[in-house]
Amino acid sequence: MSTTAIAARSTLRIATAGSVDDGKSTLIGRLLHDTKTVFEDQLKAVEKASRRYGDGETNLALLTDGLRAEREQGITIDVAHRYFATPARSFIVADTPGHAQYTRNMVTGASTSDVAIVLVDARHGVVDQTRRHALIASLLGVEAIVVAVNKMDLVGWSEDEFLRIASDVRTFVGALPQQLPVTAIPMSALLGDNVVDGSRHMPWYVGLPLLELLEQFDATPSALPGARVHVQRVIRPQGGPQADFRGYAGVVAAGTLSAGDAVTVLPSGRTTTVAAVHRWGAVVPAADSGHAVVVQLADDIDVARGDVLVVSHASVPPVVTEDIVADLCWMIDQPLVVGSRHWFKHGTRSGHAVVTAIEHRYDLVSPDHEPATELVLNDIGRVHLRLGTPIVADVYAHHAEGGRLILIDAATNTTAGAAMIVSATATSTAPS
Amino acid sequence: MSTEIVAAAHLDALTDEALTIVREVATECENPVLLFSGGKDSAVLLHLAVLAFAPARLPFPVMHVDTGHNFPEVIEYRDRLVAEWGVRLVVASVQRSIDSGRAVEDAGPRASRNRLQSVTLLDALAEHGFDAAFGGGRRDEDKARAKERILSFRDRQGRWDPRAQRPEPWALLNPRIRKGEHLRAFPLSNWTELDIWQYIARHQVPLPNIYFSHTRTVVERDGMLLSVGGPVALEPHEQAFDELVRYRTVGDASCTGAVRSTATTIDDVLAEVAAARITERGATRADDTFSESAMEDRKREGYF
Repeated sequence: MSTTAIAARSTLRIATAGSVDDGKSTLIGRLLHDTKTVFEDQLKAVEKASRRYGDGETNLALLTDGLRAEREQGITIDVAHRYFATPARSFIVADTPGHAQYTRNMVTGASTSDVAIVLVDARHGVVDQTRRHALIASLLGVEAIVVAVNKMDLVGWSEDEFLRIASDVRTFVGALPQQLPVTAIPMSALLGDNVVDGSRHMPWYVGLPLLELLEQFDATPSALPGARVHVQRVIRPQGGPQADFRGYAGVVAAGTLSAGDAVTVLPSGRTTTVAAVHRWGAVVPAADSGHAVVVQLADDIDVARGDVLVVSHASVPPVVTEDIVADLCWMIDQPLVVGSRHWFKHGTRSGHAVVTAIEHRYDLVSPDHEPATELVLNDIGRVHLRLGTPIVADVYAHHAEGGRLILIDAATNTTAGAAMIVSATATSTAPS
Repeated sequence: MSTEIVAAAHLDALTDEALTIVREVATECENPVLLFSGGKDSAVLLHLAVLAFAPARLPFPVMHVDTGHNFPEVIEYRDRLVAEWGVRLVVASVQRSIDSGRAVEDAGPRASRNRLQSVTLLDALAEHGFDAAFGGGRRDEDKARAKERILSFRDRQGRWDPRAQRPEPWALLNPRIRKGEHLRAFPLSNWTELDIWQYIARHQVPLPNIYFSHTRTVVERDGMLLSVGGPVALEPHEQAFDELVRYRTVGDASCTGAVRSTATTIDDVLAEVAAARITERGATRADDTFSESAMEDRKREGYF
């Protein structure tokens, strides 16, 4: 979910997902090409490569398949990021691979995205991958799904085919626990129909082409729970004219932080007021969600990295907890079992985490789940974690920044899991 | 919203993101360093990094990997900037790597020291015990870079394995490494060339004057305008001529090309970049046009 919740966003982050050969890279290539983002030398290189790999016409997929192995195998292996802008908006695209074994990459791409574009091959209709991608998008809390029904040219531009697929997706998404809006667009990424321009082949489609839809997309802004800052670092000049300066660096989330606001420092529970807010080295009267700030407090109290400043008037305050229940995507080969110990990172707090229970594993191609004793690579399941140090947590669906954490494998230091908090039990600690 | 306001809001969000990455890595890692070439991307990165810790000083040094094939204007600019901003400078010399036998220079009139920088860089990181190196790399520069993480993990040999990258969900960065390994951190990952110039315009970031139009004696080679003198010698049948040019990127003088330009101010350059039809690397870097995997291959060996 995006950190920016302002009504008219200047930047839209998009994740794209689809099965192998749905034409996802072609679609992105088409978006880049038709928005004049592709430069002449890039196009020339792609034309040259298309000839080498024996593609009949210029293969726009080669614009995004950047690694040698990807071009040779004609597949997308890893998340690629692409950028384009129109006068209305800037776009950041996380292009995620289609194979089932790359679920973790889909999770990664969706984690930072406002909108998920799920590609469906019009000839094949809704398949397991479509359901998996819609479910992941919904778990990760994207604001909307756009179903790109691609290769319409290969089904004779049939309105009936399109309506059937759109209805299948809506039925599936409608049965998911987290509801989210679905828009379906019939298109041919190869020929350019309904990508940037409309389609002369499908006069029956009265909706917007993809780019226009993305330019105009805005979710209903949800109520913000109240500003908080996870402290990254204490800023102390140690000498010079500002030797007495003491400020706390971090990013504002979930609201506006202003000079004069009463704040509570968690987990200690001490209260004070904001003396000044700095952004980019200058004092500002207030800072909004997403702003990188340094906060000066009125009282000289103990605040360290990992602590959280929360405005005292927060409508939904976070809880201080060591026990959480979370939906977890597992990302490494070694399975996760009850008793597994890992590092965690939540906000700017790190510590030990141990798995105390595994409730279930999601089926991923249906809204169902089944009991499980372990999670293997690319599984998503519901787990209970006991943390070695308390965190200041929110439920992910209410406030994503406070409700997400990663698990880190202690042996290799690689990122092993991505977790979304479903519920947290407040730890009773006496304010010291 | 007007187009200008949309663009400004986008730049602000990129700026906050980059500042946050710099702070996070600098706080979690023990001994970071910022790689500074004197080019526009590293100038923006350094400017951002200084803002990130204000009013405290930048808590880490900057390092220049010096190929010995420099534009004199860039060295002069580098020294002026670090003095003005109170930043500690470390210089790692490719010439020293060659003299000590660690790196072997290509022969011939078209030899470039660009590739040799990887050896010097890795040696210097080890020598100083740097565990994280900030770079100004952007994902829009090259198709191999488009696949790179914000935190890019390097093994004990300094190698990048594109197939074994750590997933990066949300903005939760994981900078944990074992001794001897290191990280490359790319806070400008999500920026484009145009974003860089908009930041420069907005914050009036000083740049070497070769980024602006000037008269230079050049030779046209493989469709690129190379500055004559220093490492670039004329080959038979080549002819030098004077041209109004500027540089879009600043790298090793032996393989960095100039572009014809009359842009003398930041605003002129912004207009030119917005209208450009050739990528900056395609227009100006002989080293990236060798093969379609040139960048990927160099990165695997430890390049920036």
